[in-house]
Amino acid sequence: MSQTQPDWRIDAYRDMVRIREFEETSAKLYTQGLVGGSLHLAIGQEGTIMGTVGALASGDQITMTYRGRGHALAKGADPFALFAEILGRQGGTSRGKGGPMHIYDPEVGVMGTNAIVGAGIPIAVGLALAAKMEGASRVAMTAFGDGAVNQGAFHEGLNLAAIWDLPIVFVCENNLYSEMTPIKDAVRNDSLTERAQAYRIRAVTVDGNDVEAVREVAEQAIARARAGEGPTFIECMTYRYVGHMLGDPETYRSKEEVQSWKERDPILLLREKLLREKAATKTQLDAIEAAAREEIAQAADSAQKSPEPQLEEALDDVF
Amino acid sequence: MSEISYAQALNQALDLAMAADPKVFVIGEDIGHHGGVFGVTKGLWEKYGAQRIIDTPISETGFLGVAVGAASVAFRPVAEIMWVDFTLVAMDQIVNQAAKTSYMSGGRVKVPLVIRTQEGAGRGNGAQHSQSLESMFAQVPGLKVVAPFDPADAKGLLTAAIEDDGPVLFLEHKLLYNRKGEVPEGRHVVPIGKARVRREGSQLTLIALSRMVAYAEEAAAELAKEGIDAEVIDLRSVVPLDMATLEASLRKTGRAIIVHEAHQSFGWGAEVAARLMDSCFYDLIAPVQRVASKDVPFPFNRTLEAFVMPSVAQIVATGRSLMNDY
Ligand SMILES: Cc1ncc(C[n+]2csc(CCOP(=O)(O)OP(=O)(O)O)c2C)c(N)n1
Ligand SMILES: [Mg+2]
Repeated sequence: MSQTQPDWRIDAYRDMVRIREFEETSAKLYTQGLVGGSLHLAIGQEGTIMGTVGALASGDQITMTYRGRGHALAKGADPFALFAEILGRQGGTSRGKGGPMHIYDPEVGVMGTNAIVGAGIPIAVGLALAAKMEGASRVAMTAFGDGAVNQGAFHEGLNLAAIWDLPIVFVCENNLYSEMTPIKDAVRNDSLTERAQAYRIRAVTVDGNDVEAVREVAEQAIARARAGEGPTFIECMTYRYVGHMLGDPETYRSKEEVQSWKERDPILLLREKLLREKAATKTQLDAIEAAAREEIAQAADSAQKSPEPQLEEALDDVF
Repeated sequence: MSEISYAQALNQALDLAMAADPKVFVIGEDIGHHGGVFGVTKGLWEKYGAQRIIDTPISETGFLGVAVGAASVAFRPVAEIMWVDFTLVAMDQIVNQAAKTSYMSGGRVKVPLVIRTQEGAGRGNGAQHSQSLESMFAQVPGLKVVAPFDPADAKGLLTAAIEDDGPVLFLEHKLLYNRKGEVPEGRHVVPIGKARVRREGSQLTLIALSRMVAYAEEAAAELAKEGIDAEVIDLRSVVPLDMATLEASLRKTGRAIIVHEAHQSFGWGAEVAARLMDSCFYDLIAPVQRVASKDVPFPFNRTLEAFVMPSVAQIVATGRSLMNDY
């Protein structure tokens, strides 16, 4: 078999499959009662994640939400440590003290998922301020939902980034719902870009399920940030197939609506395109999928064997 | 040593910390050109520039979040919240973010952030500008809660707070800014978590914080005239709480009055009383007493305000009855 082209889309495909596998495996662990609390999955949103986070350099930093294990994977986190964290084990990214909503992996630039809607936005603005103060070329990115644009932290964070021209990319993952509330009941704006434009921040809406389209605008935004040209806001139109969290009865949307989005699945779209353009063969893509499945299954397996933390560990890391 | 004000002592601490460590910056409202509404940052903007003395719009959530983010990548921001009452609009960044990041990250992300603010009543500022909120913050694991009384401590504790690797809520008192005292020149560090015995006494311990230390000292002087020998302890920080110093005093005196401007119910005095009962039960001659603000918002009218706040007379009367009744 011939070598694949050095085409970023192949890597993106691999990572999108890894994220989906990770999320689906997480759902299984949750259903078996092995994960505490709530679990918010990003299945369906992989195009947005890989288009944005996938375009960052390794030294760049991100904050995101409770729906953020996929972003951590895209940024280079170890799936074993992520599984171990959602299982509350010693091998976890926070040694089991954070959980699925609190993922930190500073070595790969994951500066925190957040269980408070909007809270990660000003924190990422602070990461960008730090980069600017150091004269470093790194960029900050923060991913949040359509619901977060109604939080004060969003508005204060955007304004500060705008007046200080900070190297940051705001990624709004518009999946049309905040929990059970449809976006039309939450905002009057036709487009959420209006919210950013109000602060004189460049803003663009993109098809979040088209990873190439997302990647293109993300690359421009990142390049501008790195060049000292200030923040950009990207609204990615996407959709989550699973409820807000596992166990959500999903009374607020129809099966047809979910189905219509599945037909525009980001992984499927990329696969078809790669095949159509002969950028990859079916065999290659199948092999990538099989390898991803294997890697994730092994990571989940090892994580389940990771020991429980010692009781005394509950008392350290407070200050 | 030189005699300077509490505000000048704080200014010196900021100045020296900024000169020593390029990672220290100050962020807040009207702190730059204006020098801060209480004058604490005077001259720093001219010296360090707008890059390190950062004026912000009125966005407490925004700039505290920014400070949390910068702190998580090894900067040492000092964020000034003009009045403690305004911390309430940014509680998420303080309580859910700054205080919990170290723990939630398993110690992998530290937040060396100082939040400087001022609290206290006695100036007729009304209900939304007079509160003392240290008890509320003391409830939050992960936050150190420091409140200096004397100018030397203001300098030494602020230096320690900036050098601390976790978030410190640094509570100044609006009526102490002009208070003068001898302050060591150059770098001066007072470790966080050590109470200070300001007056030794054998019969009664007065435990106070921030401006109430002055009230306790006055009360002790009054009590001395009546032949009652009171010890005065400046707690300096609510978290960590220096129980060892309090216990040593109680073992000697057997009587204690806790004085704070925070509202009495569920205030930190209750915690101190409970701990003293636990650790010094057999040394206690009398029940531990509290003199604290009444459980109402602070009224505007100065006479009513004084009635709601602790008073020297109340401390003296409580001390007298502890001596006479037990
Ligand atoms: C400040 C705050 N309010 C409410 C919640 C409860 N909550 C969790 S997720 C969520 C919806 C957020 O929707 P959106 O921002 O669109 O993100 P999505 O979940 O769709 O990715 C809500 C209301 C919260 N976590 N934080
Ligand atoms: Mg949403």
